[in-house]
Amino acid sequence: MSTTTSTTANLLKGGEWLIKESSAFDTYTPEDFNEEQKMVKEMCLQFLNSEVLPVIDRIDKMEEGLMPSLMVKAGEQGLLGASIPEELNGLGKDFITSTLVNEGLGGGYSFSVAVAAHTGIGTLPILYFGTEEQKQKYIPKLATGEWKGAYGLTEPNSGSDALGAKSTAVLSEDGKHYILNGQKCWITNGGFADVYTVFAKVDGDKFTGFIVERGFEGFTQGPEEHKMGIKGSSTVQLYFQDCKVPVENLLGEVGKGHIIAFNILNIGRLKLCAAALGGAKMALTTTVEYANTREQFKTAIANFGAIKHKLAEGAIRIWVGESALYRTSKWIDDKEVELQAAGKPFNEALLGAAEEFAIECAILKVDGSEVLDFIVDEGVQIHGGNGFSDEYMISRAYRDSRINRIYEGTNEINRLLTVDMMLKRAMKGKLDLMGPAMKVSKELMSIPDFGSEDEGAFAAELKTIVNMKKAILMTAGAAVQKLMMSLSNEQEILMNIADMAIQVFHAESALLRVMKLAYKGEEAVSIQIDIMRCYLNDAVDKVNKAGKEAINAFADGDEQRMMLLGLKRFTKAAPFNSKDARRRIADKLIAENKYFL
Amino acid sequence: MKILVCISKTPDTTAKIAFSDNNTKFAEAGVQWIINPYDEWYALVRAIELKEADPSTVLHLVNVGGADSEPIIRKALALGGDEAIRVNSDNADSFNIASQIAAIAKDGAYDLIFTGKETIDYNGSSIGGMVAELLDLPYISHAVKFDLEGGKAVVVREIEGGEETDKAALPLVVSCQKGMAEQRIPNMKGIMGARTKPLKVTEPVAAETLTAVASFDLPPAKAGVKLVPADNPEELVRLLHEEARVI
Ligand SMILES: Cc1cc2nc3c(=O)[nH]c(=O)nc-3n(C[C@H](O)[C@H](O)[C@H](O)COP(=O)(O)OP(=O)(O)OC[C@H]3O[C@@H](n4cnc5c(N)ncnc54)[C@H](O)[C@@H]3O)c2cc1C
Repeated sequence: MSTTTSTTANLLKGGEWLIKESSAFDTYTPEDFNEEQKMVKEMCLQFLNSEVLPVIDRIDKMEEGLMPSLMVKAGEQGLLGASIPEELNGLGKDFITSTLVNEGLGGGYSFSVAVAAHTGIGTLPILYFGTEEQKQKYIPKLATGEWKGAYGLTEPNSGSDALGAKSTAVLSEDGKHYILNGQKCWITNGGFADVYTVFAKVDGDKFTGFIVERGFEGFTQGPEEHKMGIKGSSTVQLYFQDCKVPVENLLGEVGKGHIIAFNILNIGRLKLCAAALGGAKMALTTTVEYANTREQFKTAIANFGAIKHKLAEGAIRIWVGESALYRTSKWIDDKEVELQAAGKPFNEALLGAAEEFAIECAILKVDGSEVLDFIVDEGVQIHGGNGFSDEYMISRAYRDSRINRIYEGTNEINRLLTVDMMLKRAMKGKLDLMGPAMKVSKELMSIPDFGSEDEGAFAAELKTIVNMKKAILMTAGAAVQKLMMSLSNEQEILMNIADMAIQVFHAESALLRVMKLAYKGEEAVSIQIDIMRCYLNDAVDKVNKAGKEAINAFADGDEQRMMLLGLKRFTKAAPFNSKDARRRIADKLIAENKYFL
Repeated sequence: MKILVCISKTPDTTAKIAFSDNNTKFAEAGVQWIINPYDEWYALVRAIELKEADPSTVLHLVNVGGADSEPIIRKALALGGDEAIRVNSDNADSFNIASQIAAIAKDGAYDLIFTGKETIDYNGSSIGGMVAELLDLPYISHAVKFDLEGGKAVVVREIEGGEETDKAALPLVVSCQKGMAEQRIPNMKGIMGARTKPLKVTEPVAAETLTAVASFDLPPAKAGVKLVPADNPEELVRLLHEEARVI
């Protein structure tokens, strides 16, 4: 699918960034978007501004038929078919372009949720796991928006524990139908969708996917939920009472529903990050504009240091998050090309690629949703009392942001998964964590390297990254050795390790992006350098804190002392005036009156 | 039928305006460029509509500008049009630009040439008229409506306090403004197609440059607003008379 043919020889495997150095030159960054990709993103923003935002109040009041009609318009624009092959009525675009569509529409509040659910969980299960007949029947209509898609996995008693579903499916006596019984809840687009991917257990134990159409006998929906945010997004319960699903609507294989559910989530997590960052850019711009116009004590509040700090921090987190997002997107794109070149069919290639980078997708989901939450929260703060008023967009942004930490796997589940997947890969020999971890523990015993300062641009920052990786390897390695099987019961420690990984992956992505940009000259990218340094400066402290918490939780005596010393050494950084750096970033935001990067 | 639409690159409406080189040059650093809205929303979209009504229509775009114009030319091609021609010149003199467009138009033997009524940066409003003169063609400016009836153009233009309807034979030059068409957003297919449409680059023909910018000035900063309480009309009258001196 991808039009890019970069060398895949340098392609890192999932999780390998932790044990290997990445080259800035090989790292994909938003500065590498081509003209077409830039146009696509701009078109998405134009679509929001002309079609969606003017009617956002009506959307949130759930005006009958409005959301479906906007989705049809989005379909006409080609916004629903970016990742669908051309022969199925789609546009066959590469993974980065389709991710840019998610980002571009990310500022569309409930509309963004409806489109993301439709193009993601609503369409992809059939696209990737459907038979040829199923694809021909459903995908072209989903690609244009003529039909809307939804996804029913969650049940009242099984959310995070999705495989604990109670819905059942039994083959009818004549062998023509599966008879579904059960209930699904929190189903996005459920109120108007035409096609649903639904999971139920065949014979009560084999978790399996089915394609259910609105209108199938025995299939009904509950009323709209009254929600804290994304009020314009349809969310209903689904009821199945001896619902007759034709056998040809079995999706994938009996008993293999978990493969569908988990694989679709990997991609969904990365896309959620993209949408969250799109929303964050819009919320930050709204906030900068407000700070520039609101005056107190005879001056714009943007002139206060406390406000500048918040504005700058918002820009830092967006820019760094975006660096990690597109770095990963390109890895997935490249892997997809590699797998297709190796003869894999299109669906297996993309799924394989997303699975390879499942760790990074989980990391991105957590960080993207938390970046957005941070920015809308401080956005409300900067709006003061007005931020608490429904009249202001930032108030809607605040309410709509919160859900992102809950769905597509809660952030707790994604943090646990981050570490769990790393360790599983290590066990399977796919990711050599033990070798590097042993090396770090040997380094602990040896005399610290006070060696001469490294030469070269960003040498100090590169060293900080290498050291923070050592801190992770040391902490995780020792925790595994010490706690063995009981580590999974020590979630607090797993959370600490996940937080360290999230920080380091992002800090490294930002540094590589800056290094790739550096050819423009330090002056031209001084703001980006400030951003990277501020982030790194904080990351070091956060890694230190999380590491300390973890080590103190499982180590004692000499081992504890040695590891704490090691941690201190690995999280050492030269003093940095982050106040001045944040002021420079904020001043530029204020002058541009928007998030401008 | 062959239509030529003139496409100009202008700074985004929110761009910060500053000057360099002793106030003789527009400071372009960090400026976001767009297609001149009059060219895009009215001239180009109306031409696309004409092509949609008669698919045999050939629609070309022309831009006089440097290589940095190409992103906006591609954007225009994403909206519609068969091919684009860029005359490689950054001369900002209206007569010179009009001469370049006229040379292209003559070569292509177009039936219709659309321009925007003006660009939103220099507001010259002169290209359309100059092109018509150079080609010895009729010219209708400030058109708000354009239709073809039996091979003739029926053009409504805005005049002081009302409208005027003109009829003219082709070939014809028309400058377009609000009313001609509705703004469109390029769709995904259009964006993808734009990449493969021909974008020809030609060198400028010899032509005179008649004007040069001596200097630019920013408008004086606006004075603050004075609020007069509603129960004090005498004060308002005094201010209008003594300070603003408008009554
Ligand atoms: C607006 C909205 C739209 C949604 N759309 C859809 C949809 O379209 N389709 C669909 O199938 N579902 C959808 N969902 C459901 C969503 O995916 C679930 O709500 C989510 O997975 C969490 O499940 P839960 O609500 O049952 O919470 P629970 O699983 O009960 O979690 C409660 C808390 O416990 C924590 N927790 C749970 N298990 C663990 C563990 N093992 N270790 C540590 N902490 C744990 C969680 O992190 C959370 O903090 C939607 C939900 C909402 C609110």
